[in-house]
Parts: sequence; structure tokens; C-alpha cells
Amino acid sequence: MKRAFKMPGFTIGFIVAFTFVAAALLSFIWTPFGTDGVDIVNKLKPPDSTNWFGTDHLGRDIFSMIMVGARTSIAVAIVAVGIGVLLGVPLGLAAAARKGTLLDEVIMRGNDLIFAFPALLIAILITAVFGPSATNAIIAIGIFNIPVFARLTRGGALSLWTRDFVLAARVAGKSRLRISFEHILPNLTNLLIVQGTIQFSLGILAEAALSYIGLGAQPPIPSWGRMLADSQTMVSFAPQLALFPGIAIVLTVLGLNLMGDALRDLFDPKLRRDRQ
Amino acid sequence: MSLLEINGLSLTIGADRILQDVALGVEAGKITAIIGESGSGKSMTAYCVNQLLPRGAMASGQLYFDGQNMLTLTERTLCQMRGRDIGMVFQEPMTALNPVQTIGAQVAETVLIHGAASKPEALKIARETLNRVGLPESEFPLSRYPHELSGGQRQRVVIAMAIALRPKLLIADEPTTALDVTTQAQIMDLLKRLVQEDGMGLLLISHDLGVVADVADHIVIMRRGEVVEQGASAKVFASMQHPYTKALFEASSHVPDRAAKPRDTPVLEVQNLIREYALPRTSLFGPVPMFRAVSGVSFALNKGESLGLVGESGCGKSTLTRAILGLEAIQGGSISINGQKVLAGHSVPRALRRNMQVVFQDPYGSFNPRHKVARLVSEPFHLLETPPKGAARNAAISEALEAVGMQASDADKYIHEFSGGQRQRIAIARALIIKPELIILDEAVSALDVSIRAQILDLLAMLSDRFGLSYLFISHDLSVVRAITDRVMVMKSGEIVEEGATESIFLAPRHPYTKALLAAAPKLEELMQ
Repeated sequence: MKRAFKMPGFTIGFIVAFTFVAAALLSFIWTPFGTDGVDIVNKLKPPDSTNWFGTDHLGRDIFSMIMVGARTSIAVAIVAVGIGVLLGVPLGLAAAARKGTLLDEVIMRGNDLIFAFPALLIAILITAVFGPSATNAIIAIGIFNIPVFARLTRGGALSLWTRDFVLAARVAGKSRLRISFEHILPNLTNLLIVQGTIQFSLGILAEAALSYIGLGAQPPIPSWGRMLADSQTMVSFAPQLALFPGIAIVLTVLGLNLMGDALRDLFDPKLRRDRQ
Repeated sequence: MSLLEINGLSLTIGADRILQDVALGVEAGKITAIIGESGSGKSMTAYCVNQLLPRGAMASGQLYFDGQNMLTLTERTLCQMRGRDIGMVFQEPMTALNPVQTIGAQVAETVLIHGAASKPEALKIARETLNRVGLPESEFPLSRYPHELSGGQRQRVVIAMAIALRPKLLIADEPTTALDVTTQAQIMDLLKRLVQEDGMGLLLISHDLGVVADVADHIVIMRRGEVVEQGASAKVFASMQHPYTKALFEASSHVPDRAAKPRDTPVLEVQNLIREYALPRTSLFGPVPMFRAVSGVSFALNKGESLGLVGESGCGKSTLTRAILGLEAIQGGSISINGQKVLAGHSVPRALRRNMQVVFQDPYGSFNPRHKVARLVSEPFHLLETPPKGAARNAAISEALEAVGMQASDADKYIHEFSGGQRQRIAIARALIIKPELIILDEAVSALDVSIRAQILDLLAMLSDRFGLSYLFISHDLSVVRAITDRVMVMKSGEIVEEGATESIFLAPRHPYTKALLAAAPKLEELMQ
């Protein structure tokens, strides 16, 4: 971790991403204004000293809404990545441990099947069947994280399975399950952390996209994607409505990607040597 | 003035002193060999010549090539000289070629980069060069890809790339280390012939005295960045003034003392063993084609005996090992361990596997980098019904580590804190901890420097005497096999072609393949006499 903070990319990315996490956490106990009250008198105010980012068409404070929206975005992304890791990684480990068997084929072809559908299409399908909500958005995004982690894990694990220390563990009589968790998984953590940060930022984008088309978090829960959608008709005379949620999305994704890139460079000794 | 003259060459990388006051020379049409163990600076000396140094490297001194001081030339001039005046051959032919380009394109590229010829002419030069290195057009058209060639053939392509423009100096960094014995001899012959034909100088770098001994005109022995001794080959071999040279020679042909006499009870008996792999399907409905990697192998290994298994890569040695270790099921024949038989269609059960352990070749790859030594060494305890716990476990770990000459306190360290030789000792400790009767040594000393190798061989001999261990010693290095084994088997294409007492096989081989192997193997003893 100390080494990570010596890399400017990681530090900048961490500060940016952490700011949003802090804002999301802070929003549980304090926001400058409430986000569920309507105050028509003060609608569409440009940014000033009271409403730092201005107000929307219902007079709600945009700064407060971005804080609460960060909560939705981050929660959806975390849980979605969690679903991907918790289901995808064991599947990938199992496929690698039983390479070339029916189990491997079933797992990997199942993954191919999920990959074959455009993510948004399935998300629309799920929300169309079960109704639009933040929970369904999480499930939809989470499902698409499963093959990403399963493939990555299987690929990394396969190369580890050919290593002598794994062979030594087999000679020592360890079962494939045990080797997978004792020898393979710990050597894959770096790979998974890097992919995790990237999937996390993609999750935030996906949540924003789903909310934008009305399939994510439902009003009155604020969400960056919904704020963008609501601002559509008013953006010409109240640009702050689209500008601030847009900036929030860009900054969070950028911060997470910077962190991911820096971590990848850190964990991959080949790239590290080139940087020096 | 000689073609290459190095005087007082020193090199530092960051704060590390890599080379100190190195002086040597290469004459046109002659071969100078630099010999040293890992970390001796032999490769760095070569990289100084064509100035392919890592970042942060500072070289000082004199390095005259063809009358120019290479240390003062600009990168641009150096680029023009590399490939045209100085050719280079690397150790690993598998990675030195671009897998998606044809061999013709790669050889022609060297010519084209230097603008020495137009494209059709470059291809013509490539063709001629490939002919010269023994890859005739009838079998090796320019359109071949690297994956269609064997290791030795690839190394010939690498050599063709290096000599395409008839450079004045060729640098070969361990050109035969990754190759089989018979191929090794052919590549050395080729290099020698090219040096004579073109009158170029050859700077040959090797850790193996035997390989360079009969080709080099001039030998330079390096240790820790310094030249300890140099001179005409015959003179160096005859006099050996420096104690390090002497030690190096002795270590290369080291024979450990072995007292124990093997008994007549077999630990391992293999009968008509067959091991097949399924190949990719060629048609949708036909039977899956099979590749027979081990075919009808039979042998017995007695208690306390050390049995050698030699053969070139792809002969089925490793497959045989895996079958014996119970990692893969066998398709025919049987394996008996202490009289208990395992039949075709089965793999060796756990209860029998605890009688065997294995030590692998690569001291760096055979340990999980994330575990401490204690955990690594105690891993085979999983084979026991009731593995020792707590104090008993720690005592077993200490005992195993001390048996291989390490300290009990090493148990709390991570594996990266140890050198290659120390790691190999730890690997042996891991094999010893459950007190097996048989240890399979799969090229266990091949990756080690000669002096470390001699130490590990002594250790193995001592452990065999002390614990009555049997060894199945798999190696491509005939001199090591001769030093440590009682009996030896020669394997070729999945079959044992010859078997017998080690000395009688080395003195009077019967099978033509064994004869070829022995003829190709470097013979240091003869040179010393």
C-alpha cells in the first residue's frame, strides 16, 4: 500500500474516488439540504453561496442530491462487483482445476452465453420482468460481472496450475479444491484487485445508464443517471442540472481507472521496470 | 590490434558494482570464451560490447572494437553497428524469434534494417544464410514459421539472423544451454565452422566448461565481476593457476562419496507401463487419436539404490515421473510400490504416495512465493493420516531443515530470501519431511551453478547413506548421472533402449542412441589429462 501511494496516478485516483465515498457516507448523517422536499420558489437557481451547485426544477439542492446519488451509485457498483467476484471467481477456479472436463465446458460455455447478450439488453429484460428498481439493476449488472471474473480467474489459474509449486502440492497429496484456495487464489489476488477496480467503474457507468433510461433507482431516490435524464429538457437554460452529475460520473470513473492502472503497474513487475 | 580489445572495463548499475577492471580480447577468426557462474558478470561484459546495457548502467574504461571506442559512440552509430558489425545469439531460441513472422522474413529483416540490399536481394541473402547454417531450401523454405521448427533448428535461425550481414564479431550468450546434448554439439560445430569460414571473432559466453573447452582458442574465467584467469585454452587447462579455476574444474567433474550399497528389495517396480494422451480430434465422429508418451517401460528400483534416467526432451521422462507420482492414471501395465500393485486405469493411491517425493528443476518456480518456509516444507504432511501438530510439527520441520544443512530458524523466512542453491536444499527438505523411501530428482541440479551443484550432489549422497533413500535421478546431463547413480536407463521416444550398471554403460554403450549421446556429451576429463 505504501508503494501504491508513491505512484501519482494511484494517489490522484484514490483522492478523487475517496472523496465520493466520503460524500456518500457523510450523506447518511448530513446533507446541506434535504433531497425529498419540493421548493418551487427556489427552482432552477444557478450556483450561489447557499446552493453550491444550484437547484433543480423542483427546487432541490443539486449538491445534496449528488451526495445522496453517490450512495446509490457506489452501493450498486460494490454489490454488483461483489456478485461477480463471489460467483465468478469460484467458477473460474473450478473450471481451471478441472480443465478439459465436462465441468469446465459447462462453466465456460455458460459464461459465453451471458457474454453473447448485450449487457443493457438483459438489464432491460430483467427490469421489464421484475420491475425497475435499484435491486434489479444490481442483479443485472452483477450477472454481467460473473463471466468477466470467471474468465480472468480461469486464465490466470491455468498458468499457475502448470507451475512447479502446484505440482509439489499435488505430490504432497493436496486435493484440487485445497490447492485452488491455498495456492492458486492467493496468487491471483493482484489480478482480481485490478479487475475489481475496473469493473467497479464500469458498474457506476452501467448504473447511471440504467437510471438514465428509467430502469435503475426510482424517484424519489436520487441517482446521477436519473438527474441527467431529468435535466434533458432544461439543459439549455439550466446547464448546472446536467453538468454536475455528469462531472461526478466522469470523476469517479476516472479516479477508479487511475487507481486500477496504477495497481496494475505496481503488481506487474515487467511494467514497473519499464517505468523506472 | 585485435578485433575487440577491452581494458580496465568497469561497470556499475545504480550503486552495485557489476564489473571491475575487466580486460580481454577477441581476435578475428578466433573464439574467446568467457566462463563463470551466475553473477560473475559474464553476460554484462558482452552487453557492454554492443552497449545494450540496462538503464542506470555506467561503464568506464576502454572498449575498442575495430579501432573505435564503443563507450564513446552515439546511440545512432551504435544502432548502425549492431547487427551489421556485431551479431548476437541469445540463450533461448524459443523466445528469440517472433512467432508470427516467417523465418525468411526474420533473417531478411536484419539485412533490410541496415539498408544493405533491396527486398528481393535481402530474401536471397536470407536463403543463402539459412543454407549456410544447415537449413537447406528443400526442407526449410523461407515461408516456415518458428513453431514448425525444433529447438536446435530455431537456434540455427537465430544464428542465421546474427550472421546474415557477415559481422566482424559474433557474441553468443549461452547459445546451447537450452538445447539437448546432441543438438548442443551440432550448434557448437556450426559456430566453429562459421568462425573459420567468415574469419569473424566469436565471444562465447557459458557457465559450462565442458561445452566450450574443445572449441575455444582463448579462455577467460570470471568471478564476481573480475577476470581471475585467462589465456590460451590449452595453457589454462594445463596450468590452472588460480585456485578458483581449479575449484571450478573440480566442481564440474565432482563425484560425491557414496558408501551405502543398494539392497535387493525393490522399492519401486514398473512393468510394461503405458501412458497415453488424447490428441485433438481430427474428425467429428472418428476415434480420438492417441499419443503414446510412455510405451511398455519396465524397470525396478531397489532400496538404497540410485537409478539414473537419461534422455532428450520429449522422450517421455517427465510423463513417466508423473505416472509414478500418481498425478495421472496409467493406461497399461502396472506400478508396484513396496510390493503393492497399482494396475492400469488407476493412479497411485495416497497411502502409497507417501513413500515417494519429488524435487524439481527450477529452484525459483517450485515454491509458492506467498508462504513461509515452515508451511512450504510441511506441505507433504497432507499425505499422512495423522499429521503431526504443534511442537511435533515444528520439530519435524527443524529436523528436515537441519538434515539439508539449513537452520531451524529459516522456517520463519520467505522463500525469496534464499539463493538458488539454498532453495534446492529447502526443496529436498520438503521431500524428506515425511521420510519417504524414494525421492524422484527431476533435473534437480540442472539449474544450479557447478560449485553449488557439487554441494547438492554431496548432500544427496550423504542423505542416501543416512536414511537409506532410493533415488530416481532424471537428467540430461550425463556427467552428473555418471557421478551419482549406480545404474542408468536410457530413454528414447517413450521406450527404454538401454539399461545397465552406470560405469559399464558409460564405458561400453551398446545401443546406437546411447553411443550418440555419449559421443555428443562434452568430455572435460579427457581435456584435463
